[in-house]
Amino acid sequence: MNDAAAARPVVAVVVFPGSNDDRDAQHALELLGARAPCVWHTENELPRATAAVVLPGGFSYGDYLRCGAIARFSPLMRAVQAFAAQGGLVLGICNGFQVLTEANMLPGVLRPNASLSFVCRDVRLQVERTDTAFTRACAHGSQLTIPVKHGEGCWYADPDLLAEVEANDQVVLRYADGDNPNGAIGNVAGVVNADGNVFGLMPHPEHAVDPLLGSADGAVLLGALVDAARLSPALTVR
Amino acid sequence: MKATVLVRPKPGILDPQGQAVEGSLGHLGFSVADVRVGRVVDLDVSAGTEAEARALVERMCEQLLANPLIEGYTIQLEQV
Repeated sequence: MNDAAAARPVVAVVVFPGSNDDRDAQHALELLGARAPCVWHTENELPRATAAVVLPGGFSYGDYLRCGAIARFSPLMRAVQAFAAQGGLVLGICNGFQVLTEANMLPGVLRPNASLSFVCRDVRLQVERTDTAFTRACAHGSQLTIPVKHGEGCWYADPDLLAEVEANDQVVLRYADGDNPNGAIGNVAGVVNADGNVFGLMPHPEHAVDPLLGSADGAVLLGALVDAARLSPALTVR
Repeated sequence: MKATVLVRPKPGILDPQGQAVEGSLGHLGFSVADVRVGRVVDLDVSAGTEAEARALVERMCEQLLANPLIEGYTIQLEQV
């Protein structure tokens, strides 16, 4: 990896039909020092030197059947899964989180909000783990203020799976007391896989990277991702 | 062969859609309980035998049509 590539790591933003926060994610990541190409879902390969992948928010395939259920079978997702299997960093935001659970890359499922209302507001998040590539820049026990905007963000796992997720310490973010916008069990807002390289969250860090937007707390998460991408070894994915 | 797949939320799982529908039916004056909302998928599948068709549709359910964490499914087959 040459110095130029290391300075601006490649973070690929996958675009599905119906994704709508891809350019926000691209903008935020480039602000934070990455080169963030948007990649159409029919591509078979990730861009050369991809150091991290982001699945953005939106309504892929119109949320038909179930949110993320169809997008998970996109050609590019094969490359994303292979990338993750080799330890590559993958971040799923909102619909991206839904795609990752449908693809069985993250545990649980995102269900309709308990209120059946679409919720669009800032939420306070409790940081549960600061030893992941995504939360390394957070102080332990700190809170982040980041907006959510979703109708199906209620994370659910059956009792056995929930016990496993909690025992493995896979919950990375929880909604602060009294601030759960969707009824998610355990106030779960974001989870990581067992290996810690795949992370999904319902809130939108890309919408909180500038005080003008109300909060820059999202930059703490995305900045950590870009830093981790800068340090990650080049993966050869076939 | 025509297949009809009924996808239902698993028993015991909270179903807010069902609750909303139950509430609305109540407002309309109907006395109902335990309303649950699922989904129907109709399709035409090529298979030699009913057993083959059923096996194929089951795989469709496991891979795409239902989320096994929260949904169960039933399959009805009809020779065309």
